[in-house]
Amino acid sequence: MSPTSRFRMLRNGGAQQLSAVPVVSAAEFRETVLRAAHSGLRLSALYARPAKGKTGLCAVLADDAEGVLYVLFSEATDEFRSLTADLPQAHLFEREIAESSAIRVDGHPWPKPVRRSLPDSAAFFREEGAEVHEVAVGPVHAGIIEPGHFRFQCHGETVHHLEIQLGYQHRGVEALLAAGPDKRGVFLAESISGDTAVGHASAYCAALEALAGVRAPLRGEALRAAALELERLANHIGDLGAIANDVAFLPAAAFFGRLRGEFLNLLMSLSGNRYGRGLVRPGGTAFDLPKPMAVDFSARLARGRTDLLAIGKLLFDSASAVGRFDETGTVGLRAAADLGLVGLAARASGLDLDVRRDHPHGLYRFRHIPVVKGETGDVYARAMLRYLECLRSLDFLEGLLPDLPGGPALAPCPAPRPGLIAVSLVEGWRGEICHVAETGRDGRLALYKVVDPSFHNWQGLAMALRGGEISDFPLCNKSFNLSYAGHDL
Amino acid sequence: MWNVIKTRFSQGCRTSDFPDGPSGLPERFRGRPVVSSKPCPQGCAACAEACPTRAIRTSERAAVELDLGKCLFCTECVTACPDGHISYSTDHRLAASARADLVMSGPEARLARALDAQARRLFGRSLKLREVCAGSCNGCEAELAALGNVVFDLSRFGVQFVASPRHADGLVVTGPVTGNMRAALKATYDAMPTPKLVIAVGACAISGGPFAGSPQAHDGAESTVPVDLYIPGCPPHPLTVLDGLLRLLGRLPG
Repeated sequence: MSPTSRFRMLRNGGAQQLSAVPVVSAAEFRETVLRAAHSGLRLSALYARPAKGKTGLCAVLADDAEGVLYVLFSEATDEFRSLTADLPQAHLFEREIAESSAIRVDGHPWPKPVRRSLPDSAAFFREEGAEVHEVAVGPVHAGIIEPGHFRFQCHGETVHHLEIQLGYQHRGVEALLAAGPDKRGVFLAESISGDTAVGHASAYCAALEALAGVRAPLRGEALRAAALELERLANHIGDLGAIANDVAFLPAAAFFGRLRGEFLNLLMSLSGNRYGRGLVRPGGTAFDLPKPMAVDFSARLARGRTDLLAIGKLLFDSASAVGRFDETGTVGLRAAADLGLVGLAARASGLDLDVRRDHPHGLYRFRHIPVVKGETGDVYARAMLRYLECLRSLDFLEGLLPDLPGGPALAPCPAPRPGLIAVSLVEGWRGEICHVAETGRDGRLALYKVVDPSFHNWQGLAMALRGGEISDFPLCNKSFNLSYAGHDL
Repeated sequence: MWNVIKTRFSQGCRTSDFPDGPSGLPERFRGRPVVSSKPCPQGCAACAEACPTRAIRTSERAAVELDLGKCLFCTECVTACPDGHISYSTDHRLAASARADLVMSGPEARLARALDAQARRLFGRSLKLREVCAGSCNGCEAELAALGNVVFDLSRFGVQFVASPRHADGLVVTGPVTGNMRAALKATYDAMPTPKLVIAVGACAISGGPFAGSPQAHDGAESTVPVDLYIPGCPPHPLTVLDGLLRLLGRLPG
């Protein structure tokens, strides 16, 4: 029996009847998910769902090699034997299930709340011994950043363990989305993580379109892809500036900081908002990109490339800056795979995955972006990948803009059909964004699950610090630049 | 070193002309909404029905009231109105001193007033701010951080973000104030020396924004701390924030 034969298969941006998804006992669910994961599939989502008045489970696994997704439900259950010891990438999903449902997760190695209760009320992992000391930071930090608590166990300057406790940003996004679809839905999606407004809005709209059984017109899909790549450019370039700032290489920090704004301004010219808010709507995009604007964009992108190459050369030719990146904050290939890292952080450690190639949806079915990956898993790899991915995104945009598909950018998106489950994946600039939506018999949403790439990747940052120096924390943190709001929802 | 100097020359000076020059915002930029003073047809409330955050009220006199504190600056009302009574201008000036001043019922704008003479003597040429994110999506943080880049260059006005509330004259709050951040926000406010200012940035901090009514949040900063300046937007453009701060300090003409 193949490891996936018990699952229901669907593709990114597709929907299936809820009644067609196999329902197995909790014990069989555990064994089936474990077998599939050990055969090379990745856990994209694992969550509690209503089942006959009680609570069951749902797993969504991604087969990146074949480009398909697998879904499985469990029967209603009161308890579930934890997967985490055998499948570390399940650890945060299981903590979330334990805090948000009636299911007891037995045998979880670190059963703490994720976001629901006051985050710092539970005990932290603590190392004991002579000359061991603890450093506590947050939730309010020294800069203009989001709140989170970091607890370091140190021996001298060396970090033995870092525990990251988030949850301060929890504002109830999933519950508000599940009350839809309503006129507020797409705005909530744009506010899951404000620097990924295009990415999350695209995932939300693709899920609604799958539930309705329609596809956005190709021109709308092309404009979504263009905005997604502009968002990637702005964020990657901003992060390169922040990384340069944290090794005190201020000229590159200043130049990259200015250049980031040029790409935000392109999004503003297109959508009226620097973060692309208002652009992506169910059924396509609310704004079009007329020919003269495309010509103007191409010229601005060409200037952006010239600047990017010059500033990139300045940073990566500077031996003292690169010396600080090399072998700092290393996450090995094995750890990255075990933790289920996604996106840029995973590729920097040598994992070969990218939703745009592995599960293409929308325009990415027709126009491809070469995947770049690193090997060393250190700050250097994450910085260099940002730079290289920017160049790939520029190539993509320069090819796309003069050759946009014709037709309308927006078409009507009817109400969802009842009794379905839809999964949509988008390769946001941090990595895989996963939205799962289920509809009830009345065609209203019955459940809405959001998995931001940060949810997978925060544990990667904790591992990057192991054995490193505590003074490297800001640099390591910037090299990941994860979302607190996307994690906390 | 030679590389740094060479790149510095090729990059040039990029600081914006604000507040002297034109804002240079593009045609599609959604700044201050413009509500026509013409009466609407009786009974048509298409704009109010379309608004995702109930920022628009239509009264019996067929007048339209738009609350900038709730507005997400989206296009739903503009698209819904059959007569084109609501549109957007590219005017970035939005900040106000009182919550009621954010409710517009015509073309007039009630922009932020300057602090009194004594407060201006204290803060007018040097204002230190502490930022607390209390459940924001990070959009407002991104724009506040952008104020420090070479284009907007906040520090040329004597305004800086500092690392400790003990060093701060003002508290900048973003986000709807989540249940999990309320105690930390209050503790930060209490840790600041008096006299102190509070500035609410973004729709979430003013009204809860898209999260208004969520059981996990408190519909904005005023639930927890008193607010002196309201800067609307989702998120507000850096120029909107700059305009608000400089008006508060009495450094922009009325």
